[in-house]
Amino acid sequence: MPKKTIVYPYIPNSVPEVKAELMKEVGVTDPMDLYEEIPDHLRFKEELKLPEPILDEYSIRRHTDEILKKNKTADEYLCFLGAGCAPHFVPAVCDEINGRGEFLTAYVGDSMGDHGKWQALFEYCSLMGELLDMDILSIPMYDGGQAASSSLRMANRINNRKKVLLPATMNPEIFMVVKNYLNSVPQPEIEIVQIKFDPNTGLMDLNDLKNNMSNDVCAVFIENPSYLGFIETQAEEIGKIARQAGAEFIVYTDPISLGVMEAPANYGATITCGDYHPLGLHLGAGGCQGGFIATHDDMKYISEFKDLMFGLTDTIQEGEWGFGEVLYDRTSYGSRDKGKEFTGTSTGLWAITAGVYLSLMGPKGMQEVGTTIMQNSQYAAKKLSAIPGVKIQLSSPFFKEFVVNFDMTGKTVAEINKKLLEFKIFGGKDLSHDFPQFGQSALYCVTEIHQQKDIDKLAYALQGVISC
Amino acid sequence: MARQQRKLLRDNYHQARWDEPIIFEMSVPGERGVLVPMASEEIASQVGDGASAIPASLRRKKAPALPEVNQMRVNRHYYHLSQETLGTDVTLGISEGTCTMKYSPKVQEHMASRHPGIVEVHPHQDPETMQGLLEIYYKVEQFLKEVSGMDAFSLQPGGGAHAVYTNASIIRAYHRARGDHKRTEIITTMFSHPCDAATPNTAGFKVITLMPDESGYPDLEAMKAALSERTAGIMITNPEDTGIYNPRIEEYVRAAHAVGALCSYDQANANGMLGIHRAKEANFDLVHFNLHKTFSAPHGSMGPATGAVGVKEFLKPYLPVPRVEFDGQKYTLNYNYPESIGKVRTFFGNANVVLKTYMWIMQHGADGLKEAAICSVLNNQYFMKKISQIPGVVIPYAKGKRRLEQVRYSWEKLMQDTGVGTDDVNRRLVDFGIEHYWTSHHPWVVPEPFTLEPCESYNKEDMDEYIEVLQQISKEAYEDPDFVKKAPYKAASHRPTHSAIDDPELIAVTWRQYQKKKGLRK
Amino acid sequence: MRKLGVIVNPVAGMGGRVGLKGSDGIEILEKARKMGAKPEAPRRAAEALKVIANIKDQIKVYAYPHEMGADECLEAGLEPEVIGSIKSGATRPEDTMEAARLMVAKEVDLILFAGGDGTARNIHTAIGANNIPVLGIPAGVKIHSAVYAINPRSAGEVASLYLQGKVVEIKEAEVMDIDEEAFREGRVNARLYGYLRVPVERRVQSVKSGAHSEQAEIQGMAADVVANMEPDTLYIIGPGTTTRSIMERLGLEYTLLGVDVVLNKQLLQLDVGEEQLFNLVEQHKGNARIVVTAIGGQGHIFGRGNQQISPRIIRKVGKNNITVVASRDKLVALQPHPLLVDTGDPDLDQELSGYVRVVTGWEDSIMYRVSNDAG
Repeated sequence: MPKKTIVYPYIPNSVPEVKAELMKEVGVTDPMDLYEEIPDHLRFKEELKLPEPILDEYSIRRHTDEILKKNKTADEYLCFLGAGCAPHFVPAVCDEINGRGEFLTAYVGDSMGDHGKWQALFEYCSLMGELLDMDILSIPMYDGGQAASSSLRMANRINNRKKVLLPATMNPEIFMVVKNYLNSVPQPEIEIVQIKFDPNTGLMDLNDLKNNMSNDVCAVFIENPSYLGFIETQAEEIGKIARQAGAEFIVYTDPISLGVMEAPANYGATITCGDYHPLGLHLGAGGCQGGFIATHDDMKYISEFKDLMFGLTDTIQEGEWGFGEVLYDRTSYGSRDKGKEFTGTSTGLWAITAGVYLSLMGPKGMQEVGTTIMQNSQYAAKKLSAIPGVKIQLSSPFFKEFVVNFDMTGKTVAEINKKLLEFKIFGGKDLSHDFPQFGQSALYCVTEIHQQKDIDKLAYALQGVISC
Repeated sequence: MARQQRKLLRDNYHQARWDEPIIFEMSVPGERGVLVPMASEEIASQVGDGASAIPASLRRKKAPALPEVNQMRVNRHYYHLSQETLGTDVTLGISEGTCTMKYSPKVQEHMASRHPGIVEVHPHQDPETMQGLLEIYYKVEQFLKEVSGMDAFSLQPGGGAHAVYTNASIIRAYHRARGDHKRTEIITTMFSHPCDAATPNTAGFKVITLMPDESGYPDLEAMKAALSERTAGIMITNPEDTGIYNPRIEEYVRAAHAVGALCSYDQANANGMLGIHRAKEANFDLVHFNLHKTFSAPHGSMGPATGAVGVKEFLKPYLPVPRVEFDGQKYTLNYNYPESIGKVRTFFGNANVVLKTYMWIMQHGADGLKEAAICSVLNNQYFMKKISQIPGVVIPYAKGKRRLEQVRYSWEKLMQDTGVGTDDVNRRLVDFGIEHYWTSHHPWVVPEPFTLEPCESYNKEDMDEYIEVLQQISKEAYEDPDFVKKAPYKAASHRPTHSAIDDPELIAVTWRQYQKKKGLRK
Repeated sequence: MRKLGVIVNPVAGMGGRVGLKGSDGIEILEKARKMGAKPEAPRRAAEALKVIANIKDQIKVYAYPHEMGADECLEAGLEPEVIGSIKSGATRPEDTMEAARLMVAKEVDLILFAGGDGTARNIHTAIGANNIPVLGIPAGVKIHSAVYAINPRSAGEVASLYLQGKVVEIKEAEVMDIDEEAFREGRVNARLYGYLRVPVERRVQSVKSGAHSEQAEIQGMAADVVANMEPDTLYIIGPGTTTRSIMERLGLEYTLLGVDVVLNKQLLQLDVGEEQLFNLVEQHKGNARIVVTAIGGQGHIFGRGNQQISPRIIRKVGKNNITVVASRDKLVALQPHPLLVDTGDPDLDQELSGYVRVVTGWEDSIMYRVSNDAG
């Protein structure tokens, strides 16, 4: 049955005359002759069972719009979900710049033709370096999970020890990524030990830490602020314990807190890592994450980064900035034997965006956003704890998230969150599965985008949901 | 059919060259780029300044030394930098062979970056409030199943290498579940993507690489010698980065299966085979696609991306969680896969990339995918014919055989005749508005390599322009090699004095490190 | 200002043009001249020096007199300071050696020489323990030594880069010793003579492929070999810079050109001869492993500098207990040619042919073809 010839806008040589001309040029009469290298029995002879195409642009846009409209969004609903992807304010210039086609569609061009991209990524590293108060960063990783995993393996390569200590309060998804990443053949070579925490404060149980500390621990890893939102106030002491035993002290941090919170480098971290999602990126259904790892200027660390770095240099033209790739051939530092994991396409566009965000915010902006976040979240905690049956689970100070316990309400978080939807509110993340010791608890996230009336509405709604 | 002949060579081109300072150099104390929402007065009166809840030892003592720049200048600065970047939107992406730089349709870009139905969705929302998102994920999975013949897909990995790593993790889990602890080796080939060696190595496997035989195919006899009961799997790219399709591919698979090893198909170069060749018929157990190559999502200056991992039914239990499922009425997220490798990335992966994939496949359908493949290969073979006629070019391996998605060429003859090599040509390209091309992964088995891929997005005139540029540079090399070697002349910047920095004294990966080394800062 | 020393062996390569192999020895030289051979080296040297002339204002050049360097420099447009003295028209290997000694005394940064294997050997003898880098401009017919650039222009370019302080690697390259008489009679009797340091142009890799470091990979290989060493097993470590990294990893003394024996990660014997080695293996009831690398431009894993590991020793240890190590770059440069074995026992060579796993890094190996074709 002869099919109608379609000329696709994205396939210009599907114009029959042009196609014929090219075919003649390469000496084929049937397009399938182009594939003569693929043996007949390896050819797929049927038709792929895919839906009928929606050929015109208006219709595909409308079709997709209809599907996406089935989603409820943080545009129409109040979102109190965080857990690694928190709602933060995205300055317009951030969207403007990552919408620039040149950045959007660039890839691996060299530093002369792609000078702008190299500079933008160098600036991302530089700006993050100031925030983290560390000199060394590489190009970004997939997400915080990758950053955490690679930091741990870096530590293992540096000191050749085989055990890592992780907090039991750790982000469960990141924990899963780490567990897979530290796995090996025929069995895992790096042992993972989870350190207990105080159920009242959330803080790490220092006795448990000391008991597990030994000469075969390559790294002690903490999140600060924690996945559960609290600030690990013992951080400095934990760092001392780690470093005294010769282990690396890895701190996974929230970059948007660093206008008010001290950079981990300044309370003993030897490696800082995290996810830079809060810096100018949308929720994006979890597709706007990006990982970073930073260290001090020490070849011991520099030579263990798995991803390449762009170094500032000059060019043959006087007064011009240029960029080169940092290699570590001549250095004989670090455990050169083991391969440095793998590298590849990660999150360049988002890193450029984070750079734009930090350029806009400046030191004052970072201080202000950190302040606003803490004021808002503390206010929210106060309002919620005033609701009968609701209590704040952990007594430690927190940054933008806190654990809310609903045991006394007699309702499950699942029930409560379902009801909250009717108020057009996304309630906090249900922790009852991952942290059963907290009973029916949820992780609430409150940031600078929540106005007082939003928080008041949450309190009001919760009150309503709980009392009925 | 007469077409107007006009000058193709953009010899008048000049890239924007802004002599742009590093953002820190633009700082003016006191300037603000954006003002931040403040907590209401009432909130402040109730809880105080908020930050004092942080214990003193953890309080920021010195403000981060970020630059202070007003908004207009920040905007202008980054606009300048974008103008100094040659993305596929402005140049001929033919240069990036093996990256499949096809047109990323704007209708898709706008949808993914502006529609609140994806931009403002939180991945931990109640699945009932994310039915649209889950529908997209589910349907893309079904599409990719059909395209490859595999039985299940995960869209979680954040890139091609990540997908191959995921496959290596799945292979690891599979053998461990069988109680077979002898499977410690993975075999791959020299022309496969380096991640086919690096990722299994990361996963803990010992890696054995096969060299190409004289015709450029991986040495099958060598593979048979390397296979044993210790082989966990083989990881092969086909066609390899040279563009050569290995017609004996299933012999490799058979040999591997015979010793109980799994076979993983790196389909980064699948664009030329959509609807024509599938992993299933070649009997592979695992496969991966690069959604940001074959399926039109843009490359984003190195990401975000997605590597889609596909497996046969018996490997489905090991896929990362959660899996998106459909009961006929509702879409759900299922975490209940006890044998799963867990996660390779937080949340679901890069939803925006998956959305673009959905739209692209929906706009093309089965016929369109096949047409894209055919036109891509047709373009490539036309291109190859023309390039082979350029003085100085040599095309090693597989003489007389038709290549698929891309070709690895060599300037070996040019180097011998004139002393001008691939790196030199590469720098001169920018003077004509063409992006630097991709040479080859290390090691350079093919000397003075360059790999080009005119996929289906480029019309004949685009290709002819590119060919003319290379002809011009070849001519210049024969007439005045020094001129070529001193290029670029009209790019955003000139050649760096150190394109490779390995002296610890010179390493400056951040502005602060640079300043410290220059004694401008403590 | 960097200093360059230029030495040309004017008679190198003369034999080759008229079908004779090599041109060492006065008799052969006479024969070649009678057959109409013309000097090749001067022309090629000038070609390389013309490239260097582009940076003549940045360097100081020393040359040996007349046709041993000065003439070629002048032809290329350089202005050398001429040192030493020769009998023009009757140059000998001793002149090359004296030239090199004088250059070393002048503390040149690089010695550029034109010649063949014999010339390379002479330079090596003269330089001794000094670490001055050298680079060869190929001009002889048979070049087995790895100290030569691929062609004169390339030699000129790499030398220029090095003299300007640009990014180049310094690699240790093999100097091979060929017995000329035996060679002309059809017998190949080569051995690893020593190493010289040679600048090599560095290739910059792109972000997409990640950082590549041959050094790092070799260290990874050494770590891999050491990690897999079994107790109470003899490890026979062959000569070469690649195998040296294994001894360095163990922190043991070693000989670069000799065969050393390790037991339980301790040094047992340094620079063993065949007899001694055989006895050791016998005492150990054959419980041994041989670790060798590719020597010489053709990639011989047996027969070009490790003849102490004789056929009877190889048989006693067993084919399956041979570990081959090499850098990935070395194998890539070698392919499509196979690794070669030339133990002196054709049957053994045949048995050893096939495929071998070459350890190239940490848990990284390449399946490579081994052949007995002496070629």
